[in-house]
Amino acid sequence: MPRVAVTGVGAICAIGNTREQFTQSLREGRCGIAPITLADVSGFRFLNGAEVKGYRPEDHFEAKQIDLIDRFAQFAAIAAREAVADAAIQWSDELRERCAIVTGACVGGQSTEDQGFWDVYKMGKPRVHPMTIPRTMANAGASYISMDLGVGGPSWTVSTACSSSNHAIGQAFHMVRAGDADLAIAGGSEAVFSFGILKAWEAMRVVSGDICRPFSKDRTGMILGEGGAMLVLEPLEKALSRGAKVYCEIAGFGMSADAHHITQPSVEGPVRAMRMALRDAGVGPQIIDYVNAHGTGTEANDATETAAIRQVFGEHADRLAVSSTKSMHGHALGAAGALEAAATILAIRDGFIPPTANYRVPDPACDLDIVPNRSREARIHCAISNSFAFGGLNAVLLFTS
Amino acid sequence: MPSDVTEEVLGVIAQTQRIPRENITLDSRFEELGLDSMDAVNIMFALEDKFDITIPDEAAKQIRNIRQMVEGVQHIVDSKAVQ
Repeated sequence: MPRVAVTGVGAICAIGNTREQFTQSLREGRCGIAPITLADVSGFRFLNGAEVKGYRPEDHFEAKQIDLIDRFAQFAAIAAREAVADAAIQWSDELRERCAIVTGACVGGQSTEDQGFWDVYKMGKPRVHPMTIPRTMANAGASYISMDLGVGGPSWTVSTACSSSNHAIGQAFHMVRAGDADLAIAGGSEAVFSFGILKAWEAMRVVSGDICRPFSKDRTGMILGEGGAMLVLEPLEKALSRGAKVYCEIAGFGMSADAHHITQPSVEGPVRAMRMALRDAGVGPQIIDYVNAHGTGTEANDATETAAIRQVFGEHADRLAVSSTKSMHGHALGAAGALEAAATILAIRDGFIPPTANYRVPDPACDLDIVPNRSREARIHCAISNSFAFGGLNAVLLFTS
Repeated sequence: MPSDVTEEVLGVIAQTQRIPRENITLDSRFEELGLDSMDAVNIMFALEDKFDITIPDEAAKQIRNIRQMVEGVQHIVDSKAVQ
């Protein structure tokens, strides 16, 4: 089977509107969490979020296009453009037909839907915007990328809550490895900052009224984030023969279902997903240097994930660096896996381990080296990135330098 | 206790969780009633609705059994009456 290279990365999120700003923030351990501005959250139990800063759609799209594309699909398109430009793809008609697009989204364009429902339910308007349906559909990101770049190959969207974009990247990896696509654009995007969606999150009592402190004893929950990230994948040999810059390889992908509970995490499901990723790559746990954790900052996730990592890695768990970049870019749901894959790939490229920001108090239930608050210079040879979703659907990507 | 609030809280738990009312006492623990943390969140949602109150996250996190839930609701209802 051909090896699969990552040759392009694009990212936009709370800690960077471009890939290189994102990299810089990861290195500096900069936290992008701030008071929410995109929705009126006065009186909410949480006031903070990780919003994309200084974003102006008109910098990226023509005025007429903006009406047609929800913010989440805009982020997908922006990240895809950046990733494809980064990979310096020389398009041919054949390549456009042999290129796959796989995107992840959790809530998709629900912000558009929320606005429309507000208009009819609350404001008593007789109609919603005619583009409500195409703006809301979860595949709008993939559709827009295909139109934007003229890509006509197999394209679809995966929705598995917080694992969406890891599943998307994994599917694209399978396509390229199997020879079913010569190129793939894969990742995810999300834009959740809308009144109704935030109300729904508030009701679950999992969002912190403070800030996101993964693995810290005084953690009080997750912080919602938004953004998008896309990768360009291609067969390693083709990438090398066209002289492309290669960030790293995706060497393994593991998936599992907890078959347990709709919101509570389990240890066994994540263990199976991590083991499947290692087996898929044909490597043992001892060669992993870094784990980009799911690390949401909820009491349950961080302790459960620690136990799962200990079970998979045994004694080697004490030699691993494990960090949660959600402490900086928030939990971007359907974009989370893609942003974290991008963070891992950029860390491999530049030789550093991104920190877990906002860390204060050691927790015996999370007794791993979680790289507190400051990034660390280190060569990463092999890393995994975990995504564990509500609904118990887990996806783990494995990268090698 | 038992006060009206006690009766109403136990009634809400029975109704939302489909548990026979007679199986629930002030001393019942969540585990013996087969309730997990998400069930507790659902019960609190129903209680907020029934009593027209807001249960803060910090208070919600402390609740481990039925008695604490009743006392917590009573406390919020009382402070609301004072206002």
